[in-house]
Amino acid sequence: MGEIPILKIRDCLLVSIQVDMHDRLAMALQDDLTQRIVEDRARGVMIDISALEIVDSFIGRMLNNIAAMSRVLDAVTVVVGMRPAVAITLVELGLTLTGVRTALNVDKGLEMIRGIIDRGEREDDRRDR
Amino acid sequence: MSLHQNLILALIEQHQPQLLAEWLNGLMRGGRSGAGPHRDTDTSEQAKRFIEQLRQGVRNGQFDDISTADWASMRELLEDLSRSRAAQGISPTETATFVFSFKEPLFELLRRSIPGDADLLARQIWQATRLLDQLGLFTIECYQRTREELIGRQQQELLELSTPVVQLWDGILALPLIGTLDSARTQIVMESLLERIVSSGAEIAIIDITGVPTVDTLVAQHLIKTISAARLMGADCILSGIRPQIAQTIVHLGLELNVISKATMADALRLALHRTRKTIVDRAAPAAREA
Repeated sequence: MGEIPILKIRDCLLVSIQVDMHDRLAMALQDDLTQRIVEDRARGVMIDISALEIVDSFIGRMLNNIAAMSRVLDAVTVVVGMRPAVAITLVELGLTLTGVRTALNVDKGLEMIRGIIDRGEREDDRRDR
Repeated sequence: MSLHQNLILALIEQHQPQLLAEWLNGLMRGGRSGAGPHRDTDTSEQAKRFIEQLRQGVRNGQFDDISTADWASMRELLEDLSRSRAAQGISPTETATFVFSFKEPLFELLRRSIPGDADLLARQIWQATRLLDQLGLFTIECYQRTREELIGRQQQELLELSTPVVQLWDGILALPLIGTLDSARTQIVMESLLERIVSSGAEIAIIDITGVPTVDTLVAQHLIKTISAARLMGADCILSGIRPQIAQTIVHLGLELNVISKATMADALRLALHRTRKTIVDRAAPAAREA
């Protein structure tokens, strides 16, 4: 049982899930990720699931949880690279992941996180003035 | 094996060529003569194989039940026959007549071989009728099935043709929906839209429902599914082409679409361009714009 690597790109964290998720791995990932968000003072988290062919309700819930945890730690979560078949399955399961932002690929995800962080800072500036 | 079966089997074995000749004569007489030489050779070949299979079936199998393994090659022959006839566009009556017309020479033969014993003859004819009726009905069933497959395939082709995904601009897709949305169609729409989102890297998809005649709760459900799936892939959807009547229906039904909707495709495109930070300018009036 390996662990899922967390890569740092400027103030974002990139998690690429390449193996089948199971309970303990998911718990470990949540632990590691929250730890790293705090340590690296990350503002964004990107979860790449382009390698996942099967996403069940368990992984769906995990993604929701990670998004919620990051939000508490003031980081934006974007799930990127979901496959069409996976998207259809999740919709059929009734899991629309309403709390999670999505993007087509890592490139667009990074852009999205940048946009959200910039917008947040601009709003803060305006409030100060 | 019953006595009747023995008798019919013996008759078929003894008079096979004669039966075939009489049967073919009957087939030609019965309005099939205008069918052309190509079909006639087909028919005589099939007739020959039919009698051969009938002989084998009668020898090994039961008269009452043609679904057993003993009749397997007979069923195969009839399936082939009705399939090819259905494909050629020959009517079901003509297809069934092929099997039913075998009664004439067979009954004639029975009549000649059992002179004087009306009771035995009646029983034999009843047995033979039951068998041939089963075979005839089986042929019709196969014919029907082939036609249904054909219709199903055409429906599928129509579905694929009627759900185009159009690239409107860099990163903007349009999905003009025409016709009723049922679950099978939604599935295809969803799949083709998601595939295009991946291949073109689009961020925005405009779903235009101008061509959808009615929106009820089920259609709305299907739209919501498509929009949610696109969102999971990272693309936003804009719904456009909602006619006034449909807007009223949506409100009356209490449906919550939870999606950006625009009245026309043009409005949706304007919003999509704005979202992707693009503008279209009127080149005729540059001075007015700069002023």
